[in-house]
Amino acid sequence: MSQTQALWWASESFWRKTAIWVTAGSFVVLIFLTFDTVDQITAGSKANRVKAYSVINNRIDYVFDEKRNFQVPVIGPEEPLFGKKLTEEEAMALVSHGKLTTQAKNCMNCHTLLGNGAYYAPDLTKSWLDPAWGSKETREETMVDFLMNPQDRLHNALGRKMPNLGITEAEARATVAFLKWMSAIDTNGFPTNFKPIDQSDPAPVPAPVPVAEPAAAADPAVAAPAQQ
Amino acid sequence: MAAIGISNSAPLNGGQKLAMKYFTVAIALFGAQVLFGLLAGIQYLNPDFLFGILDFSVNRMLHINAMVVWLLFGFIGSVYWLLEDESGVPVVGLGLGNLTFWVFTLAVVVVVLVYLLVQVGPGELQSIWLINEGREYIEAPRWADIGIVVCVLVFFFNVAATFSKGKFTNIGGVLVMDLVALAGLYLAGMWYTPNISMDQHWWWWVIHLWVEATWEVLVGCLMAYGLIKTMGVRRKIVETWLYIEVALMFGSGILGLGHHYFWIGTPEYWFTIGGFFSALEPIPLVAMVVHAVFDAGTHKVKSTNNPALAWIIAQAFGNFFGAGVWGFMHTLPQINLYTHGTQWTASHGHLAFFGAYVTMVIAFMYIAIQKWRGDVYMSGNLVGAWKWKWALFLLHAGMITMTMALLISGYEQSQIERAIGGSTWMAYFEAQGHVWFMQGMLWRQIGGWIFAAGFVLLAWDLLTIGKRETRPALKVQGE
Repeated sequence: MSQTQALWWASESFWRKTAIWVTAGSFVVLIFLTFDTVDQITAGSKANRVKAYSVINNRIDYVFDEKRNFQVPVIGPEEPLFGKKLTEEEAMALVSHGKLTTQAKNCMNCHTLLGNGAYYAPDLTKSWLDPAWGSKETREETMVDFLMNPQDRLHNALGRKMPNLGITEAEARATVAFLKWMSAIDTNGFPTNFKPIDQSDPAPVPAPVPVAEPAAAADPAVAAPAQQ
Repeated sequence: MAAIGISNSAPLNGGQKLAMKYFTVAIALFGAQVLFGLLAGIQYLNPDFLFGILDFSVNRMLHINAMVVWLLFGFIGSVYWLLEDESGVPVVGLGLGNLTFWVFTLAVVVVVLVYLLVQVGPGELQSIWLINEGREYIEAPRWADIGIVVCVLVFFFNVAATFSKGKFTNIGGVLVMDLVALAGLYLAGMWYTPNISMDQHWWWWVIHLWVEATWEVLVGCLMAYGLIKTMGVRRKIVETWLYIEVALMFGSGILGLGHHYFWIGTPEYWFTIGGFFSALEPIPLVAMVVHAVFDAGTHKVKSTNNPALAWIIAQAFGNFFGAGVWGFMHTLPQINLYTHGTQWTASHGHLAFFGAYVTMVIAFMYIAIQKWRGDVYMSGNLVGAWKWKWALFLLHAGMITMTMALLISGYEQSQIERAIGGSTWMAYFEAQGHVWFMQGMLWRQIGGWIFAAGFVLLAWDLLTIGKRETRPALKVQGE
């Protein structure tokens, strides 16, 4: 047997063909999967992973699912955002304004959204459901107020604050709509072990607005936005 | 022939003169990356530092954007450097290439000034077009996106037309195909949607398929050329290895995209696909280590350019540890559920970008400087060699310190915020205030200062290496 035959697997031409076939094959598989994924993550599609924008008209919760073994968003009774029920088109326009605000204000370079971004501030994936907002009755206004004037709200013992980004009231309300809509996305259980705000009826006694004294306690847990 | 040790662009061909311009801007932006990284790091330790003037979001955006752009400038410079040498003919359309360089550089300056002075805009589409797109790594406003695409198309034209006119080597062929993919993928990140799941789905096409596929193949091409140049490794060997790397890199990296599709609303089947293929992703990186080290050993580490060879070997190991080991450590969904969006990612990001890409661009800068100084001697006992050695040491020491410190903070965060605290705001701040987290942040900052010292020394060395040498470069013949 000649040496050339013995080393076919080490030849340049064999690996060139392999590289071409492997790349093309992987890419074709990716394209097929992309068609399916894009279909499934279209807002309001049958897969029910990314909800229609009008989901902001309803209560959204994050509940453990025995079968899937992680928490999933659950759509509850009607609870329109800011007390106003919107059509799908109106809701989409509002959420889109909120999404544009999060981009124009560069939220992603301090926060994470769906876990992606920077790590200087909390993840926003389920921020609509965060117990830090106190009670569900005051949540919407508290969020709007916070977004418009965050610079003097010390809410942790580290001294980290959100800067004033010039967010208008309309932008703040739209951002809240975007965050509410985002909390309804089925994220396969991310974040895990999350303890959402109590949204049951009748509502509990409202907790204080997330404004702590500047001289915060040494224990950051004590100085967190609001106590659970 | 140019005098040895004297800086002079006369011995350079057209593409190489253009490459020197790209390298100059690249090193300046590298400095900007280090500077804004230091500022952002200080803000973790002292949140009032520059609050309301240069907020963390601005510093962090400049830190990562400067990195993306300087690496792109470094890659483009490296390709222009090898283009005439590889193809055997002068660069086709060099005038256009030169014009593009100035347009590209001017655009970068304008974008940076807007980031610094305007920072944010109203929540309207016009902000995305003019100020900041607000999407990590590709924050550049849409007008700049279009400019980047035009510049990259001119660059692609230069490369493809030159190889077509001259010799299409295997390195040239892989390079051209890779650049098609690299440029095309950027388009996936250039549209707006209110649906953040859809947004991030396509955003990852750009980010992942750049840094874990097309950029890796690009540095594979650069390594192949670098090994031929510095040690005279036989072309047949490096080109066979290049194809092996392409097969393994694209075979694992393309579907490895799935590891970004665990938690953004995408279907559950990505757990299996993403987990499986990303577990394979370190394999091509092992192949590159074997390749580089084996070749270096075969040639008894005798090279024409010791600093360049040292950085090429550093690339092989840095890529394997930073991208391979650090990536794999938290890539399986069972672990990633707790580490996604924590300082683990920052730890991996720092070591991977440095190990895989920074190292290779620095290697090419040394290859370029050698010829620029009239093919000066840069092998053993080089006059003033302490500078490149100390720069290499300090940059590595600083980077390893930062990586380890961030990893410890990441461990703490994934435990206390995620596993125990339940990922609420309160749990987040509890973890951020924990002494173990803050110790990590302090050590990261110390690592940052060490890295910055290494950068200063590197810049000084690049300006002065070979200046006091009178010997000509060693000639290393291929086998």
